[in-house]
Amino acid sequence: MEGGEEELTAHETALYDRQIRVWGVDAQKRLSKAHVLVSGLTGATVEFCKNIVLAGVGSLALMDDRLVTEEVLGANFLISLDEYANSNKTVAELCSQSLRDFNPMVGVSVLSGELSQMDGEFFDKFDVVVVCSFSFQNKILINERCRKRQKRIAFYTIDCKDSCGEIFVDLQNYTYMQKKGDETVERQLSYPSLEEANSIPWRDLPRKVTKLYFAMRVLDKFELLEGRKPGETSLADFESISIVRKDVCEAQGLKESHLADSLLERLLAAGKMEHPAVCAILGGILGQEVIKAISGKGDPLKNFFYFDAADGKGVIEDISVHSTVTA
Amino acid sequence: MTSTSQREAIKGAKVLMVGAGGIGCELLKTLALSGFQDIHIIDMDTIEVSNLNRQFLFRQSHVGQSKAKVAREAVLKFRPSINITASHANVKDPQFNVEFFKQFNVVLNGLDNLDARRHVNRLCLAAEVPLVESGTTGFLGQVTVHIKGRTECYECQTKPTPKTYPVCTITSTPSKFVHCIVWAKDLLFAKLFGDKNQGNDLNVRSSSNGSEGNNSSDASKDVFEQSPHESPDQYARKIYDHVFGHNIEAALSNEETWKNRRRPRPIYVRDVLPEGERNEGVKYEDGVGSIPSAMGLLGLKNPQEIWSLSENTRVFLEVVRLFLEKRDKEVGNLTFDKDDQLAVEFVTASANIRASSFGIPLHSLFEAKGIAGNIVHAVATTNAIISGLIVIEAIKVLLRDSNNYRMTYCLEHPNRKMLLMPVEPFEANPSCYVCSETPLLLEVNTATTKLRDVIDKIVKSKLGMNLPLVMQGLSLIYEEGDDLDADMVATYAINLDKVLNEFPTPVTNGTTLSVEDFQQELTCNINIKHRDEFDEEKEPDGMVLTGWSGPTTKSEKSSSSSNGDSSSAAGAKRKLEEVSEGNGKNKGIAQEVEVNDEDDDVSVLDGFPETNKKKRVQ
Ligand SMILES: [Zn+2]
Repeated sequence: MEGGEEELTAHETALYDRQIRVWGVDAQKRLSKAHVLVSGLTGATVEFCKNIVLAGVGSLALMDDRLVTEEVLGANFLISLDEYANSNKTVAELCSQSLRDFNPMVGVSVLSGELSQMDGEFFDKFDVVVVCSFSFQNKILINERCRKRQKRIAFYTIDCKDSCGEIFVDLQNYTYMQKKGDETVERQLSYPSLEEANSIPWRDLPRKVTKLYFAMRVLDKFELLEGRKPGETSLADFESISIVRKDVCEAQGLKESHLADSLLERLLAAGKMEHPAVCAILGGILGQEVIKAISGKGDPLKNFFYFDAADGKGVIEDISVHSTVTA
Repeated sequence: MTSTSQREAIKGAKVLMVGAGGIGCELLKTLALSGFQDIHIIDMDTIEVSNLNRQFLFRQSHVGQSKAKVAREAVLKFRPSINITASHANVKDPQFNVEFFKQFNVVLNGLDNLDARRHVNRLCLAAEVPLVESGTTGFLGQVTVHIKGRTECYECQTKPTPKTYPVCTITSTPSKFVHCIVWAKDLLFAKLFGDKNQGNDLNVRSSSNGSEGNNSSDASKDVFEQSPHESPDQYARKIYDHVFGHNIEAALSNEETWKNRRRPRPIYVRDVLPEGERNEGVKYEDGVGSIPSAMGLLGLKNPQEIWSLSENTRVFLEVVRLFLEKRDKEVGNLTFDKDDQLAVEFVTASANIRASSFGIPLHSLFEAKGIAGNIVHAVATTNAIISGLIVIEAIKVLLRDSNNYRMTYCLEHPNRKMLLMPVEPFEANPSCYVCSETPLLLEVNTATTKLRDVIDKIVKSKLGMNLPLVMQGLSLIYEEGDDLDADMVATYAINLDKVLNEFPTPVTNGTTLSVEDFQQELTCNINIKHRDEFDEEKEPDGMVLTGWSGPTTKSEKSSSSSNGDSSSAAGAKRKLEEVSEGNGKNKGIAQEVEVNDEDDDVSVLDGFPETNKKKRVQ
């Protein structure tokens, strides 16, 4: 949390003028020293990348070795069509060019490889790791690798399933200064890992947790059992997922009717499709959260966020056994 | 996108976007990605450096170019086949009339000022085109849907107009830093570098006392003129001593003013700077492209730092010298511009010196610039979120999915777990002067007030009319527009300076004036009520307009049940904040709001997030 002694340059002050008025100079300095990794460039993460590059993070590393297809272009505004035509550049390479243009002061780099194959040391280069379109198992695996490092690495997952979206946040043990009226008090938050959060029995969860939380877990389970890659689903899977729903609900003591057919159908039908408007919302929320976590300003989200365009609500769910402690 | 009906509706839609700024850039991108094929975008602004941190369609190399046009080019790079029309123009231009608006299926606002928002609201009402309105400030934002006959219009709730301060607070008894900024910007800067012929209260109050009164105001005319034998530095010192020293001393002699107030301290250059220090020592290099900056020359590098009184004094003297030596051609017709470094330095230094006089805490250039320029706190993330919400509402509007229209608030702190909080739109306010025909009441002193005051302070600034026309019964007493005869123009000019009760048919207690704006297709009647006295502090206009848009009690609404989630909650009360990128401050308006909750519980939200606080840099 060291503020950094050197001042912002005149150019930085001019460029970041409007946002410094929101979060202050110290936060801006901390941002400019943070290193962020994003693996999986989808509509939602591309929105996120745009936001933190504009905000002026120190560096951003991109991982996505795919070649461009129709599917990739869906909600991606970083790939200019004449550039990708006839090029055999990867998605990450193509996106990095636009991002560098957005803000030349941010170091944007491309790393190749599979994040889930990287050893622990690889993660030490980063303060923030964001993954998208990973299987639930790989999310857990990467989350654990981040947790095992000496330094605290903030871990996020983000996924857009057409009109629905989910964000998961793990800041481990996070201390920040909370503003309460005119006073500032030190506050500590203890985050569960994705695995820990997932292992909390549903009956122990607070009342009125959004149905999307349960639906997403059923979908994870379905993809695992069927050996599907993330988003490899269609409406035709409804019967199979109904069986998974039955089993999971029975095991967790949740009424099956709590998980409406219509919601599961929407998630299955979504497949890998992203609603660009929902991507903008998810990428905006995640951008804000990462800026908060880096700068230590503002209450960070704990630990799931859901958006559903059908009801228009953007909801925070705290899925953890730990209660918050005030020092 | 989920359904074919959605895709079809989007494909066939013709959309008007007003504003290509913070929200506009995000919105145009999200619209293009969502499959919209035909978008018309209007923005009169050009690109500035301070836009680049969030208006991601623009680059350093675009600074100075049209926002609308550059935004169009940028989006065509990733969606080359869609049709985007860009107008680098003011949405208030007559070409954008009701006929023009009628060609669109929906209008989306990403505007930064109240005036244009009201104007677009009226055109949408007249053209019967649905409007999706939006605004952001820092982490806060909102999206609302306005459909004639279905929901409230943008103006159904009173919109706060920009804060004005009583004249005497500014000229003689400042108590807050913002008062010093207003004085420095609107009075001193305007007097020294602006149009000299404009009326200016700079000396009025300080010399209105007794014996010294009249002759000093005559003398002061000369004070602000640079005499031929005066060097720029001598002139700067003379001005300094006059406004911070002599004027304060003159004001102090009026004991009555200071009975219950802290007495200000006159400040002269000799009190602050060591004897003999002269300004000519600082060198100014005429480098190519270098912008004259006093703080740069004086080695003050950090705009976040608060300067001492002597530093402020040096900056003041240096700025005046630079204006006279390096920008002499502009002097006489400058107006304050927050992007003019030298002007910002002048206002910062002058406000700080005045603040020292009055025992008000000093502020940094960064802070002073924010106050003087009404700068809105803006971040990319909120604009992105809001753009997503606008598109979601726009799609519902195209599908006429009216049961599911929502106004959505983007919050900084969650409210009942929600960061994005949808609420059902309000019904129209039956006494709204814009979307209903309710007459207004104007209390005014008809024996002293000129028609000009009514036009400027009420018709234009309060009612937001652009080119008004005023009828008294069947006779036309005033009109604006390009196509008027010369003799009509002359008649109207004479009428403007007439006191209300001096018209051939006097405008007096009980008279009804009909005011109309053809472009906005808006007419409203104003009933005149005569009143002798007005409170200078509380009613600085000398007029009070009432009868427009009081908050209404809501009638119960039918609950929507189209998608299985029944949603209704009757009359929960809470306060919401009106936020907007571009309007400077957060303005609170009380509203009645309903919340949709899938659990059918009526819950009242107390203490809506304290959105009034502004973050300041220490
Ligand atoms: Zn109205």
